[in-house]
Order: sequence, then C-alpha cells, then structure tokens
Amino acid sequence: MTTTRTHAATGTGRIGDSPIRPDGLLKVRGEFAYSSDLWTEGMLWGATLRSPHPRARLVRIDVTPALRLPGVHAALTHVDVPGAKCYGLEHPDQPVLAFDEVRYQGEPVALVAADDPETARRALAAIEVEYEPLPPVVDAEAALRPDSDLVHPGGNLVRHVRIRKGVHDTPDGVPELPEADVVVSGEYRVGMQDQGFLGPESGLAIPAADGGVDLYVATQWLHGDRRQVAASLGLPPEKVRLTLAGVGGAFGGREDLSMQIHACLLALRTGRPVKMVYSREESFFGHVHRHPAVMRYRHGARRDGQLLWVRAEIVLDGGAYASTSAAVIANATTLGIGPYRVPYVAVDGWAVYTNNPPCGAMRGFGAVQACFAYESQMDKLAAALGLDPVEIRVRNALRTGDTMPTGQVVEGPAPVAELLRRVQAAPPAPPTPTGDLRHLPGGVGNTTHGEGVVRGVGYGIGIKNVCFSEGFDDYATARVRLELIGGELTASVHTAAVEVGQGLVTVQEQIVRTELGVDRVTLRTADTSVGDAGSSSASRQTFMTGGAIKAACEQVRQQVLSRLSSAAAANPAAYRFVEGKVLAGTEVVADLAELVGDQPVEATAEFRHRPTQPLDPQTGQGDAHVQYAFAAHRATVDVDTELGLVKVVEIVTAQDVGRAINPQAVEGQIQGGTTQGLGLALLEEIQVSNGVVLNPSFTDYLIPTIADTPPMRLEILELGDPQAPYGLRGVGEPPTISSTPAIVAAVRAATGRELTRVPLRPEHIAGVTAAGEPSPGER
Amino acid sequence: MEFLAPTTWQDALAAKAEYPDAVPVAGGTDVMVGINSGRLRPSALLDLGRVTDLTDWGLDGGYLRLGAAVPYRRIIEELKDKAPGLGMAARTVGSPQIRNRGTIGGNLGTGSPAGDCHPPLLVCDAVIELASVRGVRRIPVTEFFLGPKRTAVAPDELIAAVLVPPADGPQQFAKVGTRNAMVIAVCSFALALTPERGWVRAAIGSAGPVPTRAYTAEQFLTEALQQDGFASRSGRGDVALPESVVRRFGELVAAAASPIDDVRGTAAYRRHALSVLAQRTLRWAWESYRGRGDRCT
Ligand SMILES: Cc1cc2nc3c(=O)[nH]c(=O)nc-3n(C[C@H](O)[C@H](O)[C@H](O)COP(=O)(O)OP(=O)(O)OC[C@H]3O[C@@H](n4cnc5c(N)ncnc54)[C@H](O)[C@@H]3O)c2cc1C
Repeated sequence: MTTTRTHAATGTGRIGDSPIRPDGLLKVRGEFAYSSDLWTEGMLWGATLRSPHPRARLVRIDVTPALRLPGVHAALTHVDVPGAKCYGLEHPDQPVLAFDEVRYQGEPVALVAADDPETARRALAAIEVEYEPLPPVVDAEAALRPDSDLVHPGGNLVRHVRIRKGVHDTPDGVPELPEADVVVSGEYRVGMQDQGFLGPESGLAIPAADGGVDLYVATQWLHGDRRQVAASLGLPPEKVRLTLAGVGGAFGGREDLSMQIHACLLALRTGRPVKMVYSREESFFGHVHRHPAVMRYRHGARRDGQLLWVRAEIVLDGGAYASTSAAVIANATTLGIGPYRVPYVAVDGWAVYTNNPPCGAMRGFGAVQACFAYESQMDKLAAALGLDPVEIRVRNALRTGDTMPTGQVVEGPAPVAELLRRVQAAPPAPPTPTGDLRHLPGGVGNTTHGEGVVRGVGYGIGIKNVCFSEGFDDYATARVRLELIGGELTASVHTAAVEVGQGLVTVQEQIVRTELGVDRVTLRTADTSVGDAGSSSASRQTFMTGGAIKAACEQVRQQVLSRLSSAAAANPAAYRFVEGKVLAGTEVVADLAELVGDQPVEATAEFRHRPTQPLDPQTGQGDAHVQYAFAAHRATVDVDTELGLVKVVEIVTAQDVGRAINPQAVEGQIQGGTTQGLGLALLEEIQVSNGVVLNPSFTDYLIPTIADTPPMRLEILELGDPQAPYGLRGVGEPPTISSTPAIVAAVRAATGRELTRVPLRPEHIAGVTAAGEPSPGER
Repeated sequence: MEFLAPTTWQDALAAKAEYPDAVPVAGGTDVMVGINSGRLRPSALLDLGRVTDLTDWGLDGGYLRLGAAVPYRRIIEELKDKAPGLGMAARTVGSPQIRNRGTIGGNLGTGSPAGDCHPPLLVCDAVIELASVRGVRRIPVTEFFLGPKRTAVAPDELIAAVLVPPADGPQQFAKVGTRNAMVIAVCSFALALTPERGWVRAAIGSAGPVPTRAYTAEQFLTEALQQDGFASRSGRGDVALPESVVRRFGELVAAAASPIDDVRGTAAYRRHALSVLAQRTLRWAWESYRGRGDRCT
C-alpha cells in the first residue's frame, strides 16, 4: 500500500486505524501530568552540585556549611553511596557522585535535600569544594595517541570496531583495496546534537516501610533503571520499585540515568519523599548527547558508477563516560556504508573517552553520523562520474539477498531503489511564493526580498537497525487480562513499556482490540511489578512490546477457546474474536462475555525477536542485527547565498514501515524525525570549547520552529517483513537519518560549496572566511 | 523577596525611590527568564502591570509617544505606519506569546546589544523619557546605552516613555538569525531615509558592546546624495542609486561595527552580513522613496 495523505483520527481503534491517542487531549490542553508535576505531602526538594571544570582533581568536599542552613535535611557525597559507586548502561564507569576526579563539566559532585528549591539552591552554594583543575582531554583523535593524558586509567579507547569484507590488510595494517576507475574521498564532521526534549529530567522518590524505595520517574526503560539504581543503593531489585511518570520527550536522552539514584539516596537518607527537577540549563548537563564525529571516507567505483569498495574511518567522541558508546560505534560501522551493495569494505570505528560531555543514545544511534558521510560521498561520486545523484544510488541499491559489510544477508523487503525512485518522481516543489517574508530564507527577519536566493534540491537515503543487536537478550513482557467489568467486556494490558510521546499507548490498545475483538481496553500504568519490556529505543517498542501483547492475547484466546471446547482449543487458528463474538469462519459460535463470565482470563507473555550474533572482533563479521529499516528524502531549499541563510521549502520522504499499525502515528514519527534531522543539518549543536559548554539554553541551542519546518510529502510503503509481528518495521529512527544529508546536498546544489560539517553555519554557506570576504563558490 | 504592585505611576516612582534595588517587571519576558535560571535574585520586584498609563501611546508635541509598557503586538498592529522601522523590528521579536507580553520599555531596560528595538530607535532619533520622584528627564537614545546591559537609567528611575518623531521617509529594519523565527539577532541593521532633508540614519545591532549609529556611513551617503543632486531633483521617480555608492555604504556600515566571535556567529560573518543588509535595505528604501517600493511583509 502506498499513501500520500494526512490522517485524521479515524476508525474503530483497530490495527490500521488512527484512533485518538488516550493521552492526546490532556496533552494539547496542558492537563497531562508530566514527571515535573509530581507532588506529594511532606516532600523535600533535591538538588545537585555539579563540577564547573571539565577535568579536575577533587581535593576536598565539605558539606557541613550546607547542613547548617535551616531547612536543609541532607547533603550527600560519594561516601554516602551505599552500593556500587559507579553505574552505566553497558559499563558501570560513571560515578553516582564524583570521587577522586571530575571528568566533565556538570558532573554531579554532591546532593542536597531541602524544604524548597530556593533553600536547596542556597545549600548547594554553601558546599565547599576544592578542585585542582587539570588540562582536559578534548580532541577525540588526539586522545587515541599514546602520549595522550588518560581520562580513565584503562585508556581512552571505549571500543574499536573493525570490519573487513573481502579485504585483507597489509602486514603494516593498510587494507588492500582493488583498483578502481574513480576514487572520491572526503572528511566529514558532525557536531554534538542534543535531544532537546521539553520535559526536563525529573522524578519523585518515596521511601517505603520495607526499607526500599518507590521511584516515580520519566525514563525510557524502567527495568534498566531499576537494575542500576538497586545496585548503587545496595538493595535487592525487588525493593526498588519504579513507576513511569509522564515523559516529556526522550529521543535517547533518558536511556541513561540522571536523577534516579540521587533522589532515592536522598529519600532513604531523610526518610521523606524527595522530588528532583532539573532546570533547562541543568538538563543540558543532565543527559548524554549525540556523538560528535570525524569521518574519513574513500569510495572506489567503476566508470559505470558501480561501487567497488569503501574504506571508512569513524571516530566518535564519547565524552567522559562510556554510556552506550560501544553500541553506537557498532551501528556507525556496521551501517557505515549505507544501503548499498559493495563487494569490498574496510571500516574502522573508534569510540573514545574525552573530557567532553558524555555522549550516548540519540535517535538514529550512530547511523546518523555515518549517513551524513556516506551520502555526501555518493553525491561526490555522482559528480565525479557525471551521473544523477539518484541514479548512482539506484545502481548500487541494496536488495533482498545482498550481504552487508558484516556478511549478514538482507532478508525481507529492501526497497532501497524504490524509495529513491519515489522521492525523485514526486512533483517538484512549488516556486517560492512572493509577498510573504515567512517563505524566504531569514523569515520575518526581512533579510531578503529575493536577492541572492538560489534554489537547490538534494537527496539522501539511510539505513537503520531495529531492536537491540549483537547477541543481546532482547525481550519484552506483557500481561493481558480479559474480564467483565460492570457487565462489559474489558481487556486490560500491563507492561513496563514506556510511552515517550511516540504513541505506544495507542498502539497497545489497537493490538488488543484487534486480537481479542473487544472495544474497551484499559492500560495499566507502566511499572516494574510486571516483567521487563526493554527500552523505548532502537525503534523497537511496537515490534517488541507489540509482539508481547500479541502473544499474550493469543494465550488469552487459547484459554477462552478451551472453555468453549477441547476441539476448539486444539485448533485456535480456526477461530476469530470479533466484536465480542467468537467466530468460526463467518459463523458465530459463542459470545465472548458468556465464555468469560465471572472468571477472568489472564496471560503473561514474553516476546523475543530472532537471536542475533556478536561481531567477530577481527573481521566484524556476524548476523548482528534483527531487522533493517530504510527511508529516503528529497529536500528542496531556498538559500540566501550571500547571507548563508536557508529556508527548507519542502521535504519528500518515502519509508517502508512494513505495516502501519497506526498510520497517523507513523506520519507523526516521519515528520518529527525528519525535522530532527533538519535541526542537525542547519541549527542544532551543543558548542563545546575546551570541555566547556557554551550554549546550554534554548536561547542559543536552536531547534527548528514551525517556521523552519517545511510541508512534507510522505510516501509510506507497507511491504511487510515476514519475521516481524504484523510484518511491521520500526519507524521512529529512519526518517531522522537521511534528512540531514538530503538538506545539505540541496544547500550544496544551491551554493556550489563543499560543506563537509553539520550543522551548517551561515558563514560556511556564505563562504565567509576569517578575513571576512566570501570565497568563490566551487561550482 | 518583596513584591511591589503600585497601581499609579506616582506610586511606582515612590516605590522605586524607596527600593532602588527593586527590579521593575513589565512583560517579564526577560525578568522571569533571569529568575528561573537563577541568575537573577532581586530583593524586590516592582510590577508595572497595574500602571495603565504605561501601556498607552498617543501624540505628544511633534512626537509619537509610546508608554514604556506598550507591547510588541500593539506596535505591529497599531504603529507600523507611524513608526515603520520599529514595526518591522517588533515583527521579528520572539514568538506570538513574547510579542503579546514583551514591551519596548523592557527591551530598553534590559539594554542588550541584541535588543531589536534599539537600531530603529537610533535611526529615528528617538528620545527616552526617564522619571523619578526627583523629576522627569529626556535623553536622546544615543545616550541611553552605556555598555552591554548597562543603561542610563538611574537606580531610582523608571523608563516612562519612548518619544519617536513620526517617519518622514522610508525606514527599514533587517535582522539576521540562524533560525527563521524566534531568534536572537546575530546582527541587525536599521536605516531611515529622508533625502529631502539631506540626511540618512543607519544603526547596527548585535555587533558590538552597544547598539550604535554608523556615522561615517551616514555621512558618506548623505554627501553622495547631495553631491549628485538626487535629493533636490524633482520628479524623483527615475533616478537609480549607483552601485558604487550602495557598495561603499555597505562597506562603511560593516566598518562601523565592532563584532566579536561568539556562539551566534563569527565577527567576520557579522561584518559581512551587515554589509549585505546595509546594501539591500538601502536599495529597498530608495525604491520605496522613488515610489516603487515592493511591500514584502
Ligand atoms: C522566548 C524569548 C524570545 C525573545 N526574543 C527576542 C527577540 O527576538 N528580540 C529581542 O529584542 N528580545 C527578545 N526577547 C527578550 C525580551 O522579550 C525583550 O527584551 C522584551 O522587550 C522585554 O520586555 P518585557 O516587558 O518582557 O521586559 P521585562 O522582562 O519585564 O523587563 C526587562 C528589563 O527591563 C526593566 N524594565 C522593564 N520596564 C521598565 C521600566 N518601565 N523602567 C525601567 N526598567 C524597566 C526590567 O527591570 C528588566 O531589567 C525574547 C525573550 C524570550 C523569553
């Protein structure tokens, strides 16, 4: 099915419909309770003292002046952490509270709990900390040299991923690549993007009578948090109970812990509920960011444009702590040449420790950085060969049955060429309307009435893995219960899967309605009293928790059928549950409410995707990924070539989603993801100088406004992946990946400049050198 | 923290005299950001929201008189013909919410080099009226800005009004920001043209410690217009400005700036952009003076 449409909320709320989201009205009315709205009687306010230095020896901390202030109930340092002093998603290397050395600006050093936020703020100011500043390690490439200072005693390398497909290295380590007719090379850089979620890190910890703690928090992964929180509190996991509080966006930035352990420490110390809410500025220091990247690429091709080999070197700046860097570099490298068929591949990637802000998960997770490089290279190759940019991509497009650089065979639909053809075939963007500044680069700033404005068009396509990779035991749990409540059939669903705004709550209801044929579905609040759902990341939750709910519903159906007859139970596939009736073929054989009666039916299911394999450490070979997803973009821009300002006129996106469980939500993901990629192309960068963040505010960290966001034409394909529940393909990340290179390609087309770093800056687009004069375009 | 809420201007001035450390609040779009971020911890807030005379505008002698608390939205809707440069600047400020709350007096009170009202006020020779229990004084806007976020307002004074001579020729304002809306100026430029009186006013924002007039550029253009007799020629419709004049004007505007490299842009880019803006706005102003102005709003 192909669609070009904008959905209104429609249908009866089953799979393929777009029902109104259960949280939708509350959110647009401003009535939804976010984690920062949590409140309970007698609660204290927690606050965090953070290091002003990117790197310093911690000589002395004295919290007693803070404790002397009236209204201050606790002031804690690392000595007060009863359990594991360090935590981390993959490697526990990040101190709960710093000891010995601080490794990035903003690292938590001490905590206070006080009667109100203002008292807490004064208490932080009263804490005495003596630092001995050290020169920070800030250049990721230099950090890999043997003479570099060490950020951690074990060395500055987090992980090196080495991939060789059909390529051997010379004894001195140089990959031997076959002779190519044409070789293009380039060095590309990506700045540090932030998730920019609107709801700051926040939560409420309540000490419990059993010596444990209940934590209400906005997160992406309740059980992942629980594991780490319990370890640092020195408590068994069952004494640490997490409940999801309203999440105001995440995009990867809530996969690592922020205030979770801190609030619990303060609550357990004071015996009082403790709330913590980061300010906007603090939030910029409170979560990981997208890895800045330096990427060197060489592509060798035959004269007809067919790729022969790709050599890539990728360095990701992981900042002070590991977070998910090891997995991010695996993505950047295994997906590092894009959705192309290439016989010879040599990719090396390094994730590196520095004293810059820690980097980890953000929508696209390593695939974003690589895509900017490989798509820039594809355009360069097209130019070198005099080929159309879409044509060169189509000639090399990955197809079902091709092998990735890891040796993994691509199974299921891989419509790379089709997606490209579709965005190319869309009608051209309309000409710039006159008479309204908002349609021009610079907008109402009134910087041009058309002077200097040149239109450009660019293309990009990307590839993303869906679900967790490299042999991780990735599963999700769901409990489904069918019962009569007030005489009405009601299905309730309980999972620990996190709604981060993506619409998972709606999808959960749709699956249950479809599987069980009931209208009334209630969702229990996500918490840790049910099994792990895994993280709301890697575009996986509809696949995984959706899969678990489907499986639980199948078990419920089975139990219901066994009440009908043993024959029915033996042949469940012959029965459908529709509108409260059990059907065999088209014949109604039972009324569901009667079968359920006063005996509720309940089932809990765990769902696993097919297993994956680790990568071979020498060759990077292995079936590491579960599913690949693809999206293509065509961007049309108007560039004020003299001022370097850009108006994105239109974006056309084509994406295969396997099956659109909720078409409106799918469109929302594609529009939002594309816009986040636009932000990386043109605006969004945490600027870091010598380890210090220069713009920790929305005044100077600019995310696109609606005036920057163009009309989008969407082409949604539903090609169905046989190995996924309902044939679906993860949707959330792919659109973020290729919109960035498509927009940059369009700006290159308008300016003739090389533009090898994102976000683009006006001075780069206009070619203003330090001397102040524009350099000639390179067209 | 004290919260002072006078309902009359006299009470407001008395309160400011009694609490010179009190921070006035008009729309609060700067003050509240400061308080929320923890950077601002005033001992007292002086809310001007109940002083209704501050939100009015009217005519005062030859001047258009804007009460200090007139918000951007009203400047855009009601004054864009009387004070076109200011109207264009107001249109570039923030978002609809900010334009509803934010005021011209607040922009002056903050005194940021990037304040969008400042260049248009500089090019129309606006006068700022300051008041205290000691009395009222009027100072030219050129004497208002003393340094980054430092102004001529004395501790016991409040900004009462902004006095703007009515426009007698084309005015322009242009602002470069990296985002197409809701953005602090990387640099901005305002121009007022009244060739009959032989003068030109040009002003630069966000490219130096204070918003500033570009005097050399003004003088050059004024002389060029007079020497070539543009201004005196009747039937003004058919005279185009020589490109060399336009370009030189741009260069001189750029030279008048003293920008720095910061997170919003480089000094070199700011100079370059100012030169482009000066040339473009000069062409637009000249075209509209010749009666063929394209209206693009
Ligand atoms: C999201 C956002 C976007 C913004 N965008 C822009 C923009 O594009 N361009 C721009 O220039 N600014 C912008 N600003 C800044 C701000 O909106 C403007 O400076 C606005 O004009 C301030 O007016 P206000 O009435 O809200 O001032 P307030 O915050 O109430 O006051 C600002 C300062 O002026 C003082 N003050 C106010 N009234 C008086 C008075 N009568 N006498 C003496 N002192 C007084 C206050 O004490 C304070 O120091 C933005 C702010 C935000 C939050």
